[in-house]
Amino acid sequence: MGKIVIDPVTRIEGHLKIECVVENGVVKDARTTGNLFRGFEIILRGRDPRDAQVITQRICGVCPQSHGIAATLNLDSAFGIADRIPDNGRIIRNLIQGAHIAQDHVLHFYHLTALDYVNVADVAKYEGNDSQLNSVKDFIQRGALEPFLPRYEGDYRLPPEVNQQAVAHYVKALEIRRIGHEAVAVFGGKIPHSVGVVPGGVTSVPTPDNIMAYIWKIKILQDFIDNVYIPDVLAVAGAYMDYAEIGAGCRNLLAYGSFDLDGKSPDYTTRERLFKQGTVSADLKPGDLDTGKITEYVKHSWYEDSTSGLHPSKGDTKPQYGKAGAYSWTKAPRYDGKVYEVGPLARVAVTYAKGDTRMKELVENSLVALKAPPAALFSVLGRHLARALSAKFIADQLEGWALQLKPGEPAYVEYEMPEEAMGMGLTDAARGALGHWIEIKDRKIANYQCVVPTTWNVGPMDDKGQHGPIEQAVIGTRIKDEKNPFEIVRIIRSFDPCLACSIHVVTPKGRDLGKFRVA
Amino acid sequence: MVKELPVIYLQTAGCSGCAVTMLNSASPTIKNVLIDQIAPGVHINLKFHPVVMAAAGELAIEVMENTAKQQKGEYVLVVDGAVPMAEDAVYGAVGERNGKPVTMLQRVTELAQDALAVIAMGTCASFGGIPAAPPNPTGAASVQKALDAKGITKPLINIPGCPPHPDWFVGTVASIILSGLPRAEDLDDFLRPKAFYGKLIHENCPRRAYFDEGKFAKKFGDEGCLYELGCKGPITHADCPIRHWNSGTNWVIGAGAPCNGCTQPEFPHETSPFYEKLVDVDLPVVGAYWANKEANNG
Repeated sequence: MGKIVIDPVTRIEGHLKIECVVENGVVKDARTTGNLFRGFEIILRGRDPRDAQVITQRICGVCPQSHGIAATLNLDSAFGIADRIPDNGRIIRNLIQGAHIAQDHVLHFYHLTALDYVNVADVAKYEGNDSQLNSVKDFIQRGALEPFLPRYEGDYRLPPEVNQQAVAHYVKALEIRRIGHEAVAVFGGKIPHSVGVVPGGVTSVPTPDNIMAYIWKIKILQDFIDNVYIPDVLAVAGAYMDYAEIGAGCRNLLAYGSFDLDGKSPDYTTRERLFKQGTVSADLKPGDLDTGKITEYVKHSWYEDSTSGLHPSKGDTKPQYGKAGAYSWTKAPRYDGKVYEVGPLARVAVTYAKGDTRMKELVENSLVALKAPPAALFSVLGRHLARALSAKFIADQLEGWALQLKPGEPAYVEYEMPEEAMGMGLTDAARGALGHWIEIKDRKIANYQCVVPTTWNVGPMDDKGQHGPIEQAVIGTRIKDEKNPFEIVRIIRSFDPCLACSIHVVTPKGRDLGKFRVA
Repeated sequence: MVKELPVIYLQTAGCSGCAVTMLNSASPTIKNVLIDQIAPGVHINLKFHPVVMAAAGELAIEVMENTAKQQKGEYVLVVDGAVPMAEDAVYGAVGERNGKPVTMLQRVTELAQDALAVIAMGTCASFGGIPAAPPNPTGAASVQKALDAKGITKPLINIPGCPPHPDWFVGTVASIILSGLPRAEDLDDFLRPKAFYGKLIHENCPRRAYFDEGKFAKKFGDEGCLYELGCKGPITHADCPIRHWNSGTNWVIGAGAPCNGCTQPEFPHETSPFYEKLVDVDLPVVGAYWANKEANNG
């Protein structure tokens, strides 16, 4: 029996360690540990509620925009104005979040994932006239190959031409995602950590010139997603079809929905959204979203057992480092007591299962192209495919939405901040279901809670001993070469973990920081 | 012969926003920075960067440690994030040694010890930033404080901003490559390059004329100066108004939002509430002139 420890897992956001017990080449047990604690919810306490939008974006510089949206929806709901946001404001929020998520998916596939499948070193043999590829060839010939080497060796399978194209696309994608961020900045001012989205609407105003500037940046992104990103995912899939059968995980998926199509209903769980709210499991039958079913368990986390099984709005956290049987300070969120995965796969599958015709066509055409059954969605390749389809599904909407903007009409509504209030904000971030909860007293933050996508995915075992989604996806996997455990990092990266997000999750009540440690 | 400039990019208590802002560099592009000769005969050899590097686990840590050993005094250490110091620095670790986590504090001090120079990337590394905001649960400190605590003296440049503009970082590296380490007079009191942080936002703001006229926006979307909606431009040093962000697309005040003071050591605690008007600020130059004049006339 051997142990594989990977610390740090790179090409993800944040500081993650994974420890696997391997027996006869198969992973028997897996434990994930986060290596950084910052204490965001403690820092938020006592501040002006409106500042939550600015501060929570800093939870994560890769997906700040979704925190900004979740915080703002949370504040809208606490301030009683969730149904009063002007259409211009609602649409500009969608444009900001949409451009951000579409570029984030491109970034994930090319810059965080591709080096697991694409052999950059092979470009040394390139003989053509592509100036970008020749500059990569020069780089290789100079011999200082970091950050592309060293790496795990032995399982790069793409045919040489496909591989060289993929390297050229890695370089091109750097430019494309930068343009995606430029589109965010048109209405968001700047990014990372944009400034346009605030409770009541947005700070920017639509003008014909910024509408056009936005649209033409989006067209570049859209063209790349259709003609490069999706074909590349299919090409990589073609050479790695065994990855359609590994890394399935828990086969329960949860999505909060995102991109409000209607601003009139104050209830985020039923309001009409582009990506639908709900759940889906292996049978692909849809279920409705009931946020009352969310609870967080701590038996295997460094918190007192008395705080286990609480709803996030009632969350209490009493740290107890070194507690027997605990191995993580991330809690284990569960839905209806069961393990659920969140992310692009979940939002694509829920939207598909709820019968959205455009999503059905996208998913079914892709499965035909891959000659794979729907069950293949629950896999490493299924997650990459779903992420690419998620990018397309969003990007295709953005031009139409931008054209719905009405220059000269308001994008912001004034409001009175209440003395006391409770709020909830739900959206789907690039990495999945994201919820913020707030309690306001004396116009200050009394309690702030975020339950974020990576906590769902990277969390430890719960009180019933059920492993978290990433642990489940890794357990049972055959590792071909323990010195080069490609399978483990490929499975983990297919979830696109964002540790900065998961590792802030503590409630500020009744804690003794002196006992709180992160290994 | 191309000279390789080794760089170790260490992430500590941060959010990766500084890494992502670097990807947004427009000219040179991030591809130019990583792959091409950034200046004739010089290539930046990015030895370690957790967000982009191919290697993981021990393989990655070995590269970092070998660089420090084999290229002692030659590499630039970039730290992105604050350094958690409380409770024997247990709140953050990067990799393991002999089966035990190595704290971020230990990594920063070890790597700084043998570096040519240290660049603190972003407000967390420069001044503590968000993780150091009261009550500062992890004892997060700036790189300078961490090095002071360990008695390490190294040339240090702060590139604050939450995140910084990529040009501020690339421009600083370019200046090291083209003209060597900055002289004392090139940096301000907070070790920020004056080339980028020499002026207040307020001095170059296109809405400055509104301020001088006393025309203030009362709600978002209004014309006018954003001072009463909480703008911290009058106390914030950076060239955002003339440089603009995301390839020159826009900037904070261009999107109708108030500056939140993110390049300042006071960020975030003393530059917030972000949407409340500044209090007790000595208004610089023109505004102060008119304010005085009115007071004298009144």
